[in-house]
Amino acid sequence: MLLGRVANGLYWMNRYIERAENMARLVDAGLRMALTRTQGAEDEWKSVLLSAGADVGFSAKYAEYTVGAVSDFLIRDTSNPSSSMSSMETARFNARMVRTALTRETWEAINEAWMALKRMLAKPIDERDLPQVLDAIKRETALIRGCFYGTMLRNEIFDFAQIGTYVERADNTARILDVKYYVLLPSVSWVGSTLDNYQWESILRSVSAHRSYRWVYDAEYRPTNIADYLILNGRMPRSLTFCYRFLAEHLHFREQDYGLRLPCHDTVECTLAKLKVGSIKQIFDAGLHEFLTDFIRDNYRLGDEVAKDYRFH
Amino acid sequence: MRLAAFDEMQPEQSGLRHSYAAYDRWLKQQDPARLTEKMRDAERVFRKTGITFAVYGEAEAAERLIPFDIVPRILSGSEWRRLTQGIEQRVQALNAFLDDIYHRQEILRAGRVPKRLVAENVAFLPEMIGVRPPAGVYTHIIGVDIVRTGENEFFVLEDNARTPSGVSYMLENRETMMQLFPELFQQVRVRPVENYPQLLRQSLAAVRPESVRTTPTIAVLTPGSYNSAYFEHAFLADQMGVELVEGHDLRVVDGHVAMRTTEGYKQIDVLYRRVDDAFLDPLTFNPDSALGVPGIMDVYRAGNITIANAPGTGISDDKAIYSYMPEIIEFYTGRKAILGNIRTWRCSEPDSLKYVQENLHDLVVKEVHGSGGYGMLVGPAATKAERETFSKKIAANPSNYIAQPTLSLSTCPIMTEAGLAPRHVDLRPFVLVSDRIQIVPGGLTRVALKEGSLVVNSSQGGGTKDTWVLDD
Repeated sequence: MLLGRVANGLYWMNRYIERAENMARLVDAGLRMALTRTQGAEDEWKSVLLSAGADVGFSAKYAEYTVGAVSDFLIRDTSNPSSSMSSMETARFNARMVRTALTRETWEAINEAWMALKRMLAKPIDERDLPQVLDAIKRETALIRGCFYGTMLRNEIFDFAQIGTYVERADNTARILDVKYYVLLPSVSWVGSTLDNYQWESILRSVSAHRSYRWVYDAEYRPTNIADYLILNGRMPRSLTFCYRFLAEHLHFREQDYGLRLPCHDTVECTLAKLKVGSIKQIFDAGLHEFLTDFIRDNYRLGDEVAKDYRFH
Repeated sequence: MRLAAFDEMQPEQSGLRHSYAAYDRWLKQQDPARLTEKMRDAERVFRKTGITFAVYGEAEAAERLIPFDIVPRILSGSEWRRLTQGIEQRVQALNAFLDDIYHRQEILRAGRVPKRLVAENVAFLPEMIGVRPPAGVYTHIIGVDIVRTGENEFFVLEDNARTPSGVSYMLENRETMMQLFPELFQQVRVRPVENYPQLLRQSLAAVRPESVRTTPTIAVLTPGSYNSAYFEHAFLADQMGVELVEGHDLRVVDGHVAMRTTEGYKQIDVLYRRVDDAFLDPLTFNPDSALGVPGIMDVYRAGNITIANAPGTGISDDKAIYSYMPEIIEFYTGRKAILGNIRTWRCSEPDSLKYVQENLHDLVVKEVHGSGGYGMLVGPAATKAERETFSKKIAANPSNYIAQPTLSLSTCPIMTEAGLAPRHVDLRPFVLVSDRIQIVPGGLTRVALKEGSLVVNSSQGGGTKDTWVLDD
């Protein structure tokens, strides 16, 4: 038995924890580009903001794309509802609301992460400290995840929270790909130029996959392999397929337990089926951008349907 | 004005009291630096677990900690036995009074309590007339505020018969003390309090509607996470293993109150509500309330849900009614009150009003419906100007005020940077009423942290202590 309001709180709690971390990861990848390259840094920050869905909010506030401005906006600025700080604030608010559904360890990890971020981000970030700040955010969210996985019973509470995690993560990965889909198109170049190499590495870095990529594919970055890794590889924890396997599993548990099949079950299976193509080539042939746009829309719809089907409101 | 107060650990004349002997032995062996470190640990524990309370009107410090003092307040077994006898008697009388007031009103007919005091009282709910709550219990959870002025002088300051709070602090304070000083609990035999949530659950289950034959579904109704006592609501729901619901989770379905779950609406049998009467049902009471459940009063009148505490219990802990408690206890129990009241002047009576106005500098004046230490005047601590302003307020609406002598509340030492220092304390034991009356051996000790201050309310700079009842 789970209150609809509590299911909603769990879902958003985990979405925002995921988001707080994703922001740090995006800024980290952008920072890397800015450090290693003298030109094109501005474009890189633009795509970071675009991937974060924060481009409009940013340009309303700033005219120039600098490390300081972008990192402040994406990490610290509470007027940006998706900044790491705002996300942590919202995650903690939701956690507080659903506190009775959480283990003490999980609640304390969230509460402490919130306190740590509040302390750390009280003053503007000194650029020299930015890498440590980003690390700290990733560490705090990893601690939450550890407590969550380590102590939570695998029941409906766990399912609804995890559905939030994977909807958010799938959205994030799809956006990163879509913002840069053009550098992945085979028509640009099969043998990557230096510029492309940077771009490709940046994509992998945004999903913390630049090292593991090499364990799976050649040492050399190839756009088809990168797309394959982030879309179709079922073992890569931030790939679309990985997210959807788990989404399907958690929703399947709900279907079984409650003995009720609902529209969200059709949607998740339909999206998962689209990911079960033979090779990445088929997706490229049909159009990568179109594929990603459809995916983002379907993913959004899934979140909406879960909320309706399970009486979140 | 300096009042000579009774110190519960070490009264000036007689030296260390027996109940503190074992603790004192332990304390003398402690390194002061280590104790200071433990004080900081305690704050970290509270902050980490999010045991905070919200202070209305303070945006910046939206969540504050209630300061916790590491020196326990200790009561002997025999002191506790006497207290519980008095409390049980009082709680019985409160429930009998409520039943009478909403039915035959014999006490009014007998002229022991003035009719107008009930009829004109906003805490009296005409909607409850003739309604008999499940199992006949009106006030299920009561927090009786007790003050002490001497070795054998205990008085009831206030009966909290509506939605008393603070029990989570009683539990967390003990938990914290056991974490900080595990060895201490091996040396001193302290009666446990941690089964309170289980007792509360059993107690609520015992007063379920008669029609419910199986295990009842229980829920705690909170105004939401912005409420100052939200931590406690969540804590109790969690510890009892029941749902924590808000008004918008609930609606009336087929003559029952039901909560919206991921699988549809599910019936609730017992609602431990932490929402005030006025907000309980927008169809019956405050129509603007978004915190309650439209139609819940109809379900209640039909006997299909237990609401704890029952609506309308406020008439029994009203400050104007308070002054009649000795009569009320005698009327329903046939015996004199074991625990005394504090002398109270009702400003509605001309003679009392005159006395109060002439002696403001010696008195504590309270609003009849006030709580939380707001809207009161502590005469001896107030400036002349403050007293004059308050005097005008009293004159404008005398029946809104009562006055009591400034009591020399007992003190109990707190730990300060400079060592032990006495501070004034009060005590709120928690009482559960179902087919029986249960009192957990302990309670919430509130302590005025400012030297000489008599105001122990957390909203006014008060702190708390772990309260020990010795198993002796």
